[in-house]
Amino acid sequence: MSTGTNMTTTTASADTGERTVRKNSPGAARGPRRTGRIRRIGLPYLLLLPALLLELLVHLVPMVIGIVMSFKELTQFYIRDWGTAPWSGFDNYKVSLDFNAPVGDALLHSFLVTVGFTLLSVGLCWLIGTAAAVFMQDTFRGRGLLRALFLVPYALPVYAAVITWVFMFQHDNGLVNHVLHDQLHLTDKPSFWLIGDNSFVALLVVSVWKGWPFAFLIVMAGLQNIPKELYEAAALDGAGMLQQIRRITLPSLRPVNQVLILVLFLWTFNDFNTPYVLFGKAAPEAADLISVHIYQASFVTWNFGTGSAMSVLLLLFLLVVTGVYLLLTSRGRKTADV
Amino acid sequence: MRSIRAAAVGAVTMSLALAASACGGGSSTGGGSNDSPKTLTYWASNQGASIEVDKKVLQPELDKFEKQTGIKVKLEVVPWSDLLNRILTATTSGQGPDVLNIGNTWSASLQATGALLPWDAKNFEKIGGKDRFVDSALGSTGVEGKDPAAVPLYSMAYALYYNKQIFADAGIAKPPVTWDELIADGKKISAKGKSVLGAEGSNLSENIHHVFVFGKQHGADFFTPDGKADFTSDGVVAAVKQYVDLMAKDKVIPTGNAEYAQNQSVSDFAKGKQAMLLWQSAAANLKSQGMSEDKYGIAPVPVQSGTPGTGNQVNSMVAGINLAVFKNSHNLDGATKFVKFMTSDEEQKVLNTAYSSIPPVKAAQEDSAFTSPSNAVLKDTLAKSASALPQVADESQFETAVGTAVKELFADAAAGRPVTTESVKAKLQKAQQQMPTK
Repeated sequence: MSTGTNMTTTTASADTGERTVRKNSPGAARGPRRTGRIRRIGLPYLLLLPALLLELLVHLVPMVIGIVMSFKELTQFYIRDWGTAPWSGFDNYKVSLDFNAPVGDALLHSFLVTVGFTLLSVGLCWLIGTAAAVFMQDTFRGRGLLRALFLVPYALPVYAAVITWVFMFQHDNGLVNHVLHDQLHLTDKPSFWLIGDNSFVALLVVSVWKGWPFAFLIVMAGLQNIPKELYEAAALDGAGMLQQIRRITLPSLRPVNQVLILVLFLWTFNDFNTPYVLFGKAAPEAADLISVHIYQASFVTWNFGTGSAMSVLLLLFLLVVTGVYLLLTSRGRKTADV
Repeated sequence: MRSIRAAAVGAVTMSLALAASACGGGSSTGGGSNDSPKTLTYWASNQGASIEVDKKVLQPELDKFEKQTGIKVKLEVVPWSDLLNRILTATTSGQGPDVLNIGNTWSASLQATGALLPWDAKNFEKIGGKDRFVDSALGSTGVEGKDPAAVPLYSMAYALYYNKQIFADAGIAKPPVTWDELIADGKKISAKGKSVLGAEGSNLSENIHHVFVFGKQHGADFFTPDGKADFTSDGVVAAVKQYVDLMAKDKVIPTGNAEYAQNQSVSDFAKGKQAMLLWQSAAANLKSQGMSEDKYGIAPVPVQSGTPGTGNQVNSMVAGINLAVFKNSHNLDGATKFVKFMTSDEEQKVLNTAYSSIPPVKAAQEDSAFTSPSNAVLKDTLAKSASALPQVADESQFETAVGTAVKELFADAAAGRPVTTESVKAKLQKAQQQMPTK
């Protein structure tokens, strides 16, 4: 995320910088001041240069290399000196997108699983986070403590948190089976959570558990900005709590939600740590998320060309989704503002 | 503002999306040199109960080497979960250790990358010649007919570990010799309320090691002689089915083991919950979990009938660790000297004793330290009835594809779904389609 904020602020400051320069320039004399003017115009760019170079180095160069790799046949025979790897044109893409062949079919399956998982996870994270934030809006004893408690899953290191879930989901000694089967007798026999079809549920539970505190935090911050008077006026007009939420809270949260949903979507879609720690290198089919799938396609099978091609496809998909999403939501907001 | 935000979001998206891909890496075509003759970096695999144990075992030996040659060796013990990725990264970037341990089954795959120094006759001469090593261990050092990519360092073999107390309680006089006997003994053990046999159903490598041996016992290979994947022959299907049936039909492997991947079955055995375990050189591991050597017996892994031997009587893979030299090393001479040191008779005795493995060096193997009953079983297996995993460049892909297929079959068995010849064949068919075609 830091890139995003970075870019916004840096570009914005360049903008204002230029404007200030222009405002000052009419008063300045010509001739000898010219160099001064160049210096003044150049200064913001000079200041930007280190950030720009680092940005290039850290983000763009590896990205371009990744894209170049996707056009090469980069298998174990060439990784030592991958300049010698033969160009393969669009072969890697053809293999990835041929849905009748096993590789493409598996990628499509993984993609669909990821889409379903992301929609459910983001939806639940948002719902739980918003509900909790709304309920915690009124002051009551222990509110601070509860707020802090709610944020714990978000603050825990991912590995430590997820490995704890692995222990809880274990078939023989896991807490989940102990409660569901031994205590509550909800299932006929202990279920498997880390293999087979239930793994999707396990993954979803962990993902929501890990993700909703972020939604809670952001929505809570958004709620602080809604003027109290609105609620008071609504109460006077006889609006109940549900109506207040529908007519005041949700519309006021719209800009916050717009960003929140997008960020949650991107994070969840690309999440690698959770499935990797839960299931290891070979995820069960029902929970075969695309990030682990691509990892397996490149690292485990040593075919980095195909792995890169899949990554580029994923990148294109996310760009399109994000673009369409921004287009739709900002158009919607404009009409709402009018 | 909107375009700025879009650009920012675009950048975020790009970076997040590509975080999953394999980026970066330079290339270094330069071969090795002797630019820095006074230092070496050594990546050791994790052989002991923990990384700390390994450091304690290895450091004194490295000090000895420094005293003899004046070369300082910088040691790093790399956990198994990271080792192959680290080697791949080193290979891509050209920046790696001078000397490293590799799992011997990776030899052919890593050999194909060209990152490791080939051990031709001249190089072997520097460490005392190829004849010093046992043949079975040399069979796992690379593709046949090519110069080996590494030299054997530690050898291990699978054996059947059994809990003496549970066997006595169940009235079993001697460990099973055939699979039928094992299944029959299993009924007696289950009757006493103990679980019978451990397995790591979600550990891809373990799955491969076992189905490979079952394959041999059914006279089937996973690769054709010219190196093509051949996973769907009747023999292979029968072999995989027999292994999974130990859980699905014969009920000797508990269904819970289908999700094991972190050596939980070793813990179950060490805690006395489970009567038998098929494992490679487990003594040191069991000891660190508090099971003393008199509590368990060790016997050869069962066969279909008769006694272990060659051909259909194979009952273990040739397990072990090889020592390789990174071709880009800046101290090739020093690296070779270090290999010579580590494979010397004396060091072989010290190291293999510490790790309860068998020396792949003939002279060291004769030592009295390796004649205890448990070592005798392992030594015998290695000498007479162990077979090397396929030495083909696609070995690592094979482990992933077929290992995953077996994992999924175990998941089916655990969920109570039937495991049939057809379902096994379908999974193997899918695995074969995932193999590289070029």
